[in-house]
Amino acid sequence: MNKLKLIIRREYLAKVRNKSFIIMTFLSPLLMVGMVVLVAYLAKLNDNEKRIIAVLNESEFFSKDFTTDATTGYVHFDKINLEVAKDSTAGLGFYGLLYIPNNTHVEDVAENAFFYSKEAANTSVLGNIEAVFQKRLRLQKLQDLGMSSEQFEALGDKYEIQTATFAGQQNLKGINELKAAIGGAFGYLIMMFIIIYGGFVMRSVIEEKTSRIIEVIISSVKPFQLMMGKIVGTALAGITQFAIWIVSASLLFFVAFLLFDIDPSVLGNKAELTSNMGVNMPMNLPSGNESVEQYLREFFKLPLAMLVTFFLIYFILGYLIYSSIYAAIGAAVDNETDTQQFIFPIILPLMLAIYVGFFSVFSNPHGPIAVGFSLFPLTSPIVMLMRLPNGIGEGGVPVWQVITSIILLIGTFIAIVWLASKIYRIGILMYGKKPSYKQLFKWLRY
Amino acid sequence: MNDILVTKDVSKHFGKHTALNKVSLEIPKKSIYGLLGPNGAGKTTLIRIINQITYPDSGAVFFDGEPLQAKHIAAIGYLPEERGLYKSMKVGEQALYLAQLKGLSKQEAKRRLKYWFDRLNIGDWWNKKIQELSKGMAQKIQFIVTVLHEPKLLIFDEPFSGFDPINANIIKDEILKLSANGTSIIFSTHRMESVEELCDHIALIHQSEKILDGKLSDIKKAYKNNVFEVGLEVNDSEQFFQEFIEKFDVSESEFNPLEKQLDFKLKLPSSDTGEVLLYLNNFGRVNRFTEKIPSANEIFIQTVQNKDANE
Repeated sequence: MNKLKLIIRREYLAKVRNKSFIIMTFLSPLLMVGMVVLVAYLAKLNDNEKRIIAVLNESEFFSKDFTTDATTGYVHFDKINLEVAKDSTAGLGFYGLLYIPNNTHVEDVAENAFFYSKEAANTSVLGNIEAVFQKRLRLQKLQDLGMSSEQFEALGDKYEIQTATFAGQQNLKGINELKAAIGGAFGYLIMMFIIIYGGFVMRSVIEEKTSRIIEVIISSVKPFQLMMGKIVGTALAGITQFAIWIVSASLLFFVAFLLFDIDPSVLGNKAELTSNMGVNMPMNLPSGNESVEQYLREFFKLPLAMLVTFFLIYFILGYLIYSSIYAAIGAAVDNETDTQQFIFPIILPLMLAIYVGFFSVFSNPHGPIAVGFSLFPLTSPIVMLMRLPNGIGEGGVPVWQVITSIILLIGTFIAIVWLASKIYRIGILMYGKKPSYKQLFKWLRY
Repeated sequence: MNDILVTKDVSKHFGKHTALNKVSLEIPKKSIYGLLGPNGAGKTTLIRIINQITYPDSGAVFFDGEPLQAKHIAAIGYLPEERGLYKSMKVGEQALYLAQLKGLSKQEAKRRLKYWFDRLNIGDWWNKKIQELSKGMAQKIQFIVTVLHEPKLLIFDEPFSGFDPINANIIKDEILKLSANGTSIIFSTHRMESVEELCDHIALIHQSEKILDGKLSDIKKAYKNNVFEVGLEVNDSEQFFQEFIEKFDVSESEFNPLEKQLDFKLKLPSSDTGEVLLYLNNFGRVNRFTEKIPSANEIFIQTVQNKDANE
């Protein structure tokens, strides 16, 4: 055990002191924060651009409707003809001209209204104008039916259905997307960690082979100890890196937002999307602080302790399984270029898990595909974590499925580590041969 | 128990290939034991079994009288033929790490390393990285790491490869000192001149089997074939030759007319030299008459070829 500790310590220090590791650790948060801040800053710049629209209003219906607001300024022309108004609009450099002719009926007015602009008009500008017309037209129709304008104002037209589970737990619309985002983030994190740090384990094994130190070490410790020490040491280095990323990124965000005066809630949508690898999910986040608060409240209602616990269980088991395969591959080859043929089959189930997760589990968390992939040990660490934010037990993932998937995972872990350590034990002492799958299979029987 | 290591009928197979076939060795304490054999004979497999890197399919290994087990790792030092160090790790740190893996405490390892670094004049390498050192320098570090935990049994596989002659001599002297202090040493090599210089016992492994072992002096005695090197001061060489060749088996003769010296090799039917010496005295003065003792190299080649011829 003492030797294992020594090996873990060496592997950890060797990784952490590596120059490229240090550069990656401290540069990545800067790059990431820099990018997000840039996007937010540009978005803010864009929002600040104010369009000015000239209005030539000859009717009395819309005299009070077009008033300057935060995004659009309206300049009203008075008693000039349309051609002069067009020329003036262009001459003054305004965005466009809204022409509202005179008529006795509002319908006719609306029908003959025109928007002139230098180029094809921006859809959001038109949308705003159209909305004004629509509202006015509807008011007119209701007034014709005998409703006063006060009644119309009191009408209100927004409606949202309330939703609840059978257990009576009230929940917010969009909570499913929030759960999916959290599960997706966990799953994605596991996949990235396995690919990056599994690769580190593999390269470290190859390095020991090419530098020929392996036989020196193997005469002091058991191959299994060396392999496990390497896997654990590398994982600890990875966790250190993630911790530094999380802490420094949050500090940097805080500082950046103070410096550039950006309201974090503006970023709500964008941040969610970037954290999910750009996979587009409908996040119907109504803007405004009120709903952000609601989401936060819902977020804290989630079984966070359970989620973190299972994240750790699936993360550790998944990482151990995959990184022992990586270690076996590293032992089987002499240099990194020979690893390609073996790496693809490893990455395949990981990618499959992510895609199945995003395209099937989110829409139907307890459907047969989701259940199947969350039981299969090579995909369960990712897919099960995407399902788990729905809770365990009633309304969530059935308890038997969680237990079965963990038992399968542990069984696979033991089998894979046993097989990998056999290949590792033989492979580290083999030089100069580019192994085939057939040969690896033979090594298993030595 | 006078043997530090005994193997009994050790066999090892890799698939259909037999790497070792019932190899039995007794390696006496305090000896320098030469493990010889052509490439691929199974030496490295045997050494790996002794180091518990691999395990025999059948047979047993005893270390100092006890069946070989994990605790013996700390009593064995192994310098493999394929050796190297972590390139980007500092010399001192690396030596400490490897010493601790052999079970030394950090303080003890530090103390002994300082002693060895001073002894081999490499004290200022402590903070250098291996990639900054030459191959020979790295080999010195490796040698220190191998002997640092003062094992009872040292196993050197081609220890002199990668050393220049000066450093090879330094290492050879260190090996002899270790042997004089009571360490048993297994020495695997192809370089027969170092076998001649260092080993007192040898074993020859060929095609997975032991074909010869024992004390080097005994083996040499057994391999003597009554060949003698003769230097004779003779007046009439032609007359001598005509008579002598009829009676004896002579080869590689060479005559130096200035000193009237005739050198040749003589093979006798038995080890009895009385008759031939009397005979030679009749023709002139016998300046030199020595029995030719076979070199380890000759024994090696002869045995391997005999074995191949018999199959």
